[in-house]
Amino acid sequence: MTDISTEIDPYAALQDKEPAKPPRNQWLDVWDQFKKHKGAVFGGGFLVFITLAVLLGPYIWNVDPQKLDIRNKDVRPLWTALWNSDAKTLWHRPFGTDNLGRDLLAQMIAGGRASMAVGWTAMLLSLSIGTAVGVAAGFFKRLDGLLMRMTDLFLSLPILPLLLVAVTLFRQPLRANFGPEGGMFILIVVVVGLTSWMQTARIVRGEVLALKEREFILAARSIGTSSRAIIMRHLLPNVISPIMVSATLGLAVAIITESALSFLGVGFPSDFPTWGKMLADAVPRMEQFPERVLLPGIAISLTVLGVNYLGDGLRDALDPRIRGR
Amino acid sequence: MLTFTIRRLITSIPTLLFISIVIFALLKLAPGDPMAQVPLTVPPEVKQKMREALGLGAPAYVQYFKWLNQFFIVEPQFLIDWMTRDSALFGWLPDTQFSMMYDPELQKLVPQQRTISYQTRSPIMDIVIQRIPQTLWVVGLAYVVGILIALPIGIYSAYRHYSVFDQAGTFITMVGFSIPPFFTGPLLIVIFSVSLGWLPSIYDTTHVVENWASFKYQLSQMILPVMVLALQTTAQISRYMRASMLDNLNQDYVRTARAKGLKENTVVMVHVLRNSMIPVITVIALGVPSIFGGAIITENVFGVNGIGQLLITALFANDTPMVMTITFIFAIMIVAFNLIADVLYGVLDPRIRYD
Amino acid sequence: MKLRTFLLGAIATTAFAPMAMADAHEGERGRDGEVKVIYWQAPSILNPYLSGGTKDIESSSLIIEPMGRYDQDGNPVPFLATEIPTVANGGVSEDLTSITWKLQEGLKWSDGSDVTSADLVFTAKYCMDPEGGCAQLAKFEGVESVEAIDALTTKVTFTTPKPNPYGPFMGGQSPVIQAAQFADCLGARAPECTDANFGPIGTGPFVVTNFKPNDVIQLVANDNFRDPNKPAFASMTFKGGGSAEASGRAVLETGEFDYAWNLQLAPDVISKMAEGGKGTPISAFGALVERLEMNLTNPSPDLPAETRATVAEPHPFLSDIAVREALSMAINRQELVDVGYGDAGRPTCNLVPAPALYASDNTGCLTQDIAGSNAMLEAAGWVKGADGIRAKDGVRISILFQTSTNAVRQDFQALIKDSWNQIGVETELRNLDGSVFFGGDPGSPDTFQKFYADVEMYANVFDGTDPQNYLAAYRCGNEPKPSSQWQGENINRFCDPAYDAMIDELAKTGDLEKRGELGKKMNDMLTKDSFTIVPLVDRGRVSAHANSLGGVILNVFDSELWNAADWYRTGN
Repeated sequence: MTDISTEIDPYAALQDKEPAKPPRNQWLDVWDQFKKHKGAVFGGGFLVFITLAVLLGPYIWNVDPQKLDIRNKDVRPLWTALWNSDAKTLWHRPFGTDNLGRDLLAQMIAGGRASMAVGWTAMLLSLSIGTAVGVAAGFFKRLDGLLMRMTDLFLSLPILPLLLVAVTLFRQPLRANFGPEGGMFILIVVVVGLTSWMQTARIVRGEVLALKEREFILAARSIGTSSRAIIMRHLLPNVISPIMVSATLGLAVAIITESALSFLGVGFPSDFPTWGKMLADAVPRMEQFPERVLLPGIAISLTVLGVNYLGDGLRDALDPRIRGR
Repeated sequence: MLTFTIRRLITSIPTLLFISIVIFALLKLAPGDPMAQVPLTVPPEVKQKMREALGLGAPAYVQYFKWLNQFFIVEPQFLIDWMTRDSALFGWLPDTQFSMMYDPELQKLVPQQRTISYQTRSPIMDIVIQRIPQTLWVVGLAYVVGILIALPIGIYSAYRHYSVFDQAGTFITMVGFSIPPFFTGPLLIVIFSVSLGWLPSIYDTTHVVENWASFKYQLSQMILPVMVLALQTTAQISRYMRASMLDNLNQDYVRTARAKGLKENTVVMVHVLRNSMIPVITVIALGVPSIFGGAIITENVFGVNGIGQLLITALFANDTPMVMTITFIFAIMIVAFNLIADVLYGVLDPRIRYD
Repeated sequence: MKLRTFLLGAIATTAFAPMAMADAHEGERGRDGEVKVIYWQAPSILNPYLSGGTKDIESSSLIIEPMGRYDQDGNPVPFLATEIPTVANGGVSEDLTSITWKLQEGLKWSDGSDVTSADLVFTAKYCMDPEGGCAQLAKFEGVESVEAIDALTTKVTFTTPKPNPYGPFMGGQSPVIQAAQFADCLGARAPECTDANFGPIGTGPFVVTNFKPNDVIQLVANDNFRDPNKPAFASMTFKGGGSAEASGRAVLETGEFDYAWNLQLAPDVISKMAEGGKGTPISAFGALVERLEMNLTNPSPDLPAETRATVAEPHPFLSDIAVREALSMAINRQELVDVGYGDAGRPTCNLVPAPALYASDNTGCLTQDIAGSNAMLEAAGWVKGADGIRAKDGVRISILFQTSTNAVRQDFQALIKDSWNQIGVETELRNLDGSVFFGGDPGSPDTFQKFYADVEMYANVFDGTDPQNYLAAYRCGNEPKPSSQWQGENINRFCDPAYDAMIDELAKTGDLEKRGELGKKMNDMLTKDSFTIVPLVDRGRVSAHANSLGGVILNVFDSELWNAADWYRTGN
């Protein structure tokens, strides 16, 4: 019965030991945690896939999405032939065609390009405005009143007249400088971005108001941390999860708002496809040609789901309390 | 908190005035003409006369002050007169005559001019009030239903993080949110009204609930629009609820609460929930005014004809006084509910101070 | 009232069910219960004098009626009048300066009082009040006086001879209103009479019980209607709002409604809905023509605002008639019809396709000819450049083509762009919100009058059956321009002194044969001789009624609900 446990070297215990292995980079930990999140990997993977598809798609499938072929209109996608041998299908129109004979695969690719570009840009724009306004209003008391009244103002502006005014004032100069589609793109992105940041701002401000009274902010302040550092290092990481939710919802809102704008006649030129517009145009014929609503509908849903899972994964990976559990 | 509320109430008056100027300027700047829906067969000279009869010839600032006077002074007078005359609550008071004005030409009291819509040539407030029942029945109820479903989903999804329930909830809410109502509405109609024939596809705004059978009909005509709208609300609120709960469940105070032997129920439903409510309250408070704003697309699909439909027809008809009045009431609600949210922050987290 | 209505309905169905098959449309008033009508545009007001909107004119036609209407073929038929006054029966004076209307005897307003010539006199006074902003003022144009000869006779005198004296009191736009009800509503006071505007007392088959503006109208049969056996329905619900799609579905697929107005939907969508078996789509043709308007002036944004799109600056390439003709030849009109209208449209080359008296036999544009079109441009010196776009002297044929937002118009735009692409013409499409495009806001660059584009597309028609004012629009000087606040009906900025002379001659000609000849000539000058206006489709109206609703006659020359008094419930 030897008492090994009592044999502790008191000096060794007091010494500073070298860590067994060198400290790992924080971002490697983040990446490890991220990889464990199956949804996030799937979501991220899907987003990469869809981005590549809409970017490189036109080079592989080089059919003009605006080309009419009235003789081959209403062609069904290839897979309908599986259960309906009478369906009109064509090998060189794998997804079928619409009521004017435009190739649906090419439209999906071109539409995806526009929708993704509008969705991401408008979402990022609204997110950055919303976060900046929210943090500034929550953190700096002097700005709060002014910024929040401005938020109230933007919330109460009716979007349709706003758009009509923007179109009237800016379409001609933008068209002259960026072409009809480029100009409209800028206009839509800016208008969607400018009219959707308010919710994010209010949410971020609410969180910041609560956070800035917490002890760790007091501690940071007492050691002389600058406001800028407090915001960047202590506040923003703690409001990341509502921001992520806003981002996910914001992407969907931007894609759908774009389609509503085309519907009202203030969006892209009518023969310029986007997912939202393809979906809206196909609704009256959804019983005869379900694929025309399903294809863009699924594309939008999967993109939004992808962003959602990616956001979930990122949030988990960035939160040191969850990481490593 | 009380002084804060009072201060905010006072500052909201200049805010609202400023908002009204901006909205008015926006509507005046926007291209459009109330005569756009008059057929092309009506000659331009006649259209010009009609515009003048609508008061469009007056300078913009005159039109603005006229509207302001009517909205803030004349309409409340009519409201007081109506309350003392017809309402059950104040009907016992002597009838007032605030809204009447002495006309020297006719030598008698005549009613003052109210805000008149270009489309209907009738007082706008009466139409707005007419629209409130169906708006509340459908849009308001959908909002309540949405919140009632969203909160439990959000809480449970966060508590059982990455469980099957959480995954399914995430999938359904996100797909639900990313599919627009202009698709879900007709889809539900095709399924439930056309194929199955169970539910009406067009909402009857004249329907009066007076007995069980009529209540059942009211229910059947509400189900589809409420479903479409509640899907959107549920998706949004449950996502914020879940995210916020997740943030809080890992905090130290939760461990402390559990360590001191509190029941799990108390820990989650009292401590964590209360601390997670700030973003959720913000979203809910922002959503309440939009009930009043109506649901333009859903109302259009089902023929609900609530305030959303009123606003969009007014916009298409360039009915400036109508658009102005509705958006301004909307602005008042926004300012009010954002104030309520700010007050609630202080209740939920007493550390938040505004003074 | 509700209970009574219900009981009447129940009795009617039980008592008349056996004989319904035999002769359903005979019987007492109110025997068939309720009828439900849906319009996807909701009526705002029931006084057509305060709103020119079709939805308002048609809904009010159930309640208030004119002296005479146009029937489904465009022939005038008496309603409140004993007969339609003509020169032959002495109702219209030989010199065409006056018309005398005679009311039927014993007519009652729905409140029980008598209809007299004083009501007609008042109606004219109401609309002609300078401060009233009457939407139907054009109907009373040139009226010098309206006087009551006796209790039933009214004489309308014009300042100049009127070959078409059927302006006042004829057609859904100018019904007779009750003097007693509107007495205090003249001029600037018109909007104060909300009760009268929302519930006019009329002579029509139905009476308003509840009007919710922009939403719904509830009506019951008029107890004082002149035919004691009509209407067959005891009550009507007139729902407004939603979309053409939703209203089509409610009649054709779910059977919730009996009648749906103006289903502006693609033909394949309508035929799919009709498979629902609950109702039948019906269509009729009037003179509504979807057309391309060629801008004869230069809309370039580089020009100063004073001269942009005005006659001072001729169009760089559209002023060449060869280009205009080639553009017209390249279009396949039949294809447009198949895609956009199906049975409810037919290709046309005429601005005035109906009535037959005025319809020119112009069919030259009906066949698409891409080769001929290319050859014509080639011959005129427009040759293809490196980019495949034709140009001459540095001017490329690059067209900005605008129209209002509407699914069918956008399909048309895509098809036409495709055709023009084949003849080396570049096209940029633009669609604009209808409330801006058709509005006359002089501050907006996007109105159809301003025409800051090369080609635009829309549809237009004339009231009733006489195209005189319609054709007179293309007079020199009547074009929209800055000095007229961009108001004016000569959208193309067409100007031809020979044409102006014909306008003046038409205004003086009373003989129908000669009017027809003149009208045809003028139509040809605008279309096949100059290709200023390129007609595309003669658009019919498609509405739908439930299979159980009988007596419906679709009328595009007057209100669609013109014969609602004759509607009845059939056995099936």
